[in-house]
Amino acid sequence: MSVINQNYDLVVVGGGNAALCAAITAAEHGAQVLILEGAPKTYRGGNSRHTRNFRCMHNSPMEVLTGRYDEEEYFQDLLKVTKGKTDETLARLAIRGTEESYRWMQKHGVHFQPSLSGTLSLSRTNAFFMGGGKSLVNAYYRVAESLGVDVLYEAEVTHLERQDNVIVSVEFIYNDCREQLTPKAVVVASGGFQADLDWLARAWGPAAQNFLIRGTPYNRGVVLRDLLNQGTEQVGDPTQCHAVAIDGRAPKFDGGIVTRLDCVPFSIVVNENADRFYDEGEDVWPKRYAIWGRLVAAQPNQVGHVIIDSKSIDLFMPSVFPPLKAETIEALALKMELDPASLRTTVDQFNNACAGGDFHPTELDGLATEGITPAKTNWARPINSPPYYGYSLRTGVTFTYLGLKVDEKAKVQTKQGSLDNLWAAGEIMAGSILGEGYLAGFGMTIGTVFGRIAGEEAARYATN
Amino acid sequence: MQPIEVVNIQTNDEPIRNQALEEARRQFQICNACRYCESYCSVFPALHRQRELEDGELQQLANLCHNCRACHYACQYTAPHEFAINVPAALAEVRQQVWQDNASPRWLARLFHRSGAAIAAIASLAFGLLLWLAQWQSGGDGAGFYAVLPHNVMVAVFLPAFILPLIAVAVGLRRYWQGIGGKRITLAHLRAAMGSVATMKNLAAGHGDGCNFEDEDRFSNKRRLLHQATMYGFLLCFAATSAGTIMHYLFDLPAPYSLFSVPKLLGISGGILLCIGTLGLAYLKTKADPELSAQHVWGGEMGFILLLFAVSSTGLLLYAFANSSWLPELLTLHLGTVLAFFVLLPFSKMVHGFYRMAALIRDEQTKTDG
Repeated sequence: MSVINQNYDLVVVGGGNAALCAAITAAEHGAQVLILEGAPKTYRGGNSRHTRNFRCMHNSPMEVLTGRYDEEEYFQDLLKVTKGKTDETLARLAIRGTEESYRWMQKHGVHFQPSLSGTLSLSRTNAFFMGGGKSLVNAYYRVAESLGVDVLYEAEVTHLERQDNVIVSVEFIYNDCREQLTPKAVVVASGGFQADLDWLARAWGPAAQNFLIRGTPYNRGVVLRDLLNQGTEQVGDPTQCHAVAIDGRAPKFDGGIVTRLDCVPFSIVVNENADRFYDEGEDVWPKRYAIWGRLVAAQPNQVGHVIIDSKSIDLFMPSVFPPLKAETIEALALKMELDPASLRTTVDQFNNACAGGDFHPTELDGLATEGITPAKTNWARPINSPPYYGYSLRTGVTFTYLGLKVDEKAKVQTKQGSLDNLWAAGEIMAGSILGEGYLAGFGMTIGTVFGRIAGEEAARYATN
Repeated sequence: MQPIEVVNIQTNDEPIRNQALEEARRQFQICNACRYCESYCSVFPALHRQRELEDGELQQLANLCHNCRACHYACQYTAPHEFAINVPAALAEVRQQVWQDNASPRWLARLFHRSGAAIAAIASLAFGLLLWLAQWQSGGDGAGFYAVLPHNVMVAVFLPAFILPLIAVAVGLRRYWQGIGGKRITLAHLRAAMGSVATMKNLAAGHGDGCNFEDEDRFSNKRRLLHQATMYGFLLCFAATSAGTIMHYLFDLPAPYSLFSVPKLLGISGGILLCIGTLGLAYLKTKADPELSAQHVWGGEMGFILLLFAVSSTGLLLYAFANSSWLPELLTLHLGTVLAFFVLLPFSKMVHGFYRMAALIRDEQTKTDG
């Protein structure tokens, strides 16, 4: 520990977007800051590495953002996806903070780019990072470095020692040694617990073992659990998370954005028994992708199978792995390890129920089935033009919502009120705002706004 | 400087080339599903315009890549991630294959790309020595440099040494153009491509902060500026020679020229820019991560930069010491480096300029015609 100055004002636990926003802000307010990042340098940045945009309110067109997206519309969008399970005060605080955060991000090395090809539906609401989340993380590390912030990689925080209302020490493992620091203030921004599959299994049952984790393998919730065990207040349900249906062949961890599949609206999706189980055409995909993770999780062995035909193969973003392909439904079924006769029956029933009409891939076209359950209410075209293509779907968890309860100053709460010197930002407290569901780019909103608040508050406390 | 390796020219390099193309194709399948790098350069928008890539399209994208490396440091899928994305290296390998396969004879290209520094040095010295022997044998017939080497001897040596390599490059370039499906070139395509070269837009990483080269993910315009110093320096030197030729033949104004003449002003400013540019590029190259390039041709790339430095620095020395007793040695050394530069041109990294220009023109075509 000789290289480490023991007199840090602030230790930031975690090394992703929220942690960096807190560290930079605190350093700019005069605090001596140390970041303890659990991942090695190449994997630094937590789930922020995989992000691509930031949902941002604006009352008129703003650089890469088109049109207008005001506080009310943003909040209504959040109410819709969370079905009201949110904290209005904190939510509005996050939303109102975005416009000014956009400028702050630019000032700290983040470059925005127009909505990526294939994502035009987000051009009004979401500002994309040029190069994606890892370039944002790189820029922030450069800025932090220039402000004198110290960073330790592969520093795994194991325990924050609480005495009464104060965190008195931070314990961590670094270079196989147990280390201890006694900073004046601590910000925890170490993410959810989704990479701890046993914890997920305790919440979900054995089904969780079949889940894929879309992001960093380093978010195992160690600090979250440690703090909950010491009487900090919990928000959220352990089964709630941002979960989407992704390519079943994706890596167990860290597959990120490329494993998504955008073909569901143009397909039929069946389970292992070759039965359909939900309306594939309920709405446009950006508004529905986040519910399919839970839909697939509810199927036998947590797997789904998407089937499309040659009419639809060019209608969605290319997939990272090529689809299975066959000239007949039966041959495709064999490749997908489904019963050929059952799949044939399901496809025939679906095809016979397609009413016909004008197909419009980019809008709700009302092309619906008649007389089958579940119905497909848009884009229902018969699957009858070989070759046929198939993908398997699995549940991909982005991050869990169970977390620490915070107040408007990002201060961590107990039943008896706030702790004096502990703040939280990012996914570890996102459950305070996201009770369920998800809004694209909202994770970065929470991380940035609350990271900055936490950094400022912690610096003010520590330097007084 | 590395020793010259004996290369087995009978080796069938077909599987190696396919490996390079297959690796680029594998990586691009992942890139095309991600698209985060869309604003950095011309490569990604061109990639995203298609779902599947033919060999020619991969070769085109490889030559469009300027190795700015912004995509690599921004990539969440680089090793040790199992996707092991390294687009700068994958494209550098394909690019290298294209250049070597389209050069004739291929073995000389392969040899130079591996051991360029040694070959450039030996060729420069050998040519210089031959010229020195020539002047020692015959002596000059005119004023200034022509007092050392007669004008006719210089023309007899340099005219073919200039024309023949350019023809060789043109033949290879034509093959490349056909392979990538190039169409008839319009003035608009040419203008847009030249605009991109003039500002080295593809080393600016979209936001203008430059590329990621000498210090990992830190954006810097150093390499872009040094490249432009080299390029414009080279063009000024070329213009100086052209101006001298025109003055000699059209206006009967043979060398030597005074300091305030067109050839001298162009040549000296070009020489200084070229010296600064090449030295700077060589220095940056020692700082950059070799794993983000075609590592086996590091020596050839460095040899090419140093050869350009030798051309420009001996030219400036020649100007500075034109009135000394070392004139014959300096002149023959300078001419030796120039001769080596031209003779080796089709086999050295100099071809990158021609292929990039072609790729930029083709990119304009696909942007407008699809």
